[in-house]
Amino acid sequence: MKYALLIYSGEARDEWDALPETEQKAIMAEYVAIAGEPGTYGGEQLQPSATATTVRVEGGQTLTTDGPFMDTKEVLGGFYLIDVPDLDAALDVAARVPAARMGGIVEVRPLVEG
Amino acid sequence: MVASLIGFLGDFDRAEEAAQEAFAVAAERWPRDGTPDNPGAWLVTTARNRAIDRIRRERVLTEKTKLLEPPPPMPESIFADERLELVFTCCHPALALDAQVALTLRTLGGLSTDEIARAFLVPETTMAQRLVRAKKKIKAAGIPFRIPADHLLPDRLAAVLAVVYLIFNEGYGGRNELAAEAIRLGRALAELMPDEPEVHALLALMLLHDGRRGARFADGELVLLRDQDRSLWDSAQIAGGVASLERALALQGRRPYVLQAAIASLHAEEPVDWAEIAALYRELARLTSSPVVELNGAVAVAESEGAAAALAIVDTLDLDGYLYLHSTRAELLSRLGRRDEARTAYRRALALAQAEPERRFLERRLAALSPR
Repeated sequence: MKYALLIYSGEARDEWDALPETEQKAIMAEYVAIAGEPGTYGGEQLQPSATATTVRVEGGQTLTTDGPFMDTKEVLGGFYLIDVPDLDAALDVAARVPAARMGGIVEVRPLVEG
Repeated sequence: MVASLIGFLGDFDRAEEAAQEAFAVAAERWPRDGTPDNPGAWLVTTARNRAIDRIRRERVLTEKTKLLEPPPPMPESIFADERLELVFTCCHPALALDAQVALTLRTLGGLSTDEIARAFLVPETTMAQRLVRAKKKIKAAGIPFRIPADHLLPDRLAAVLAVVYLIFNEGYGGRNELAAEAIRLGRALAELMPDEPEVHALLALMLLHDGRRGARFADGELVLLRDQDRSLWDSAQIAGGVASLERALALQGRRPYVLQAAIASLHAEEPVDWAEIAALYRELARLTSSPVVELNGAVAVAESEGAAAALAIVDTLDLDGYLYLHSTRAELLSRLGRRDEARTAYRRALALAQAEPERRFLERRLAALSPR
């Protein structure tokens, strides 16, 4: 089954910024390792929310705004696309995402398939 | 039987339909042809065949792939394994707690949607929707029908036991069918997982509490443990509870349910060993960090060391919105002769009390402290 692991960095970003370089490298290596697992077929890190632009179309008019959709602490920082046997396998991967133990949240959602 | 079908078909609704059809066929054929040697296996085979026919008729490609799998062999033990898988599926953390409870009662307890709705005082449509959403979530999110992997098992088992205990507590205040259902589930779990001490301990805890049910009320009025007529206790249930506790202890259990069951067991003895109970509560408080546990422990300390020692503990607890904090304080203050403060505490407790028997009980206590 295919799942998206949506990584909401939240406070994890701040915690990461405060870490010494060696630990930051170790954490990046964990992200890379998950990207390299056989079940992972996609994944990207997003640039910070300040770089985002929001687009809406209302009444035929395109409205463009500076900033992310929601200006909250729970910012989408990245995602993985995985193909694993079941939800427990997906939850296992999610639990290993460093953001999850650093104050962030990983949302696990099945993809529409077929 | 439904459990094994769910495992095979991966779908609750199809499994129920198939099971019903199989029973209908059996009801028609067995009186005529005689009961088969292995009725269980006959039913499951018939149900699977019916389900396969139905799937064929519906011509859905993905479901047809199930036909490619040969049906596994049919020893009796397969029912036990699949019931266990079902327990963990129903109590999966990806489901909301009320969904876990409803699904467990429906699928393992075999209660009808209406029965569950009445037990939890919600409209039947609400409960029906809850079950539908839960089944959809299981399918859509890929919740597996599997006994969890070893590293997940402790947490998942704790979740299962929490659901069963929740059902028991819902029924404890008077809905005896619910409490009985929880005990039935507890017994099934003890059979399915005989090597888990917490499973035996939960069963013990429920039996020990339920066994005293007959004496908890007299003419609709609350009766405290120390005033209870022990002849109204169900001695067989209590003996069963003690036996389950002994199994748990023999398995080296020392986790929360074991401690709670041990406390309940000691409460049932005569005379009550309050010092030992207080010690067990202290151990339980260390494991759970729960102020409610500390409060209950203070009650035991009052009996073994006196009201002053107990009050010292109670006054450290942050439980201002909890009715029993104030009723306990009131009792202790009363014993220490601090009547004005006791009255204030009883009034605070009354403000929080909702059930009628409890209100009347507190009012009687308050009245007994009226200035003479």
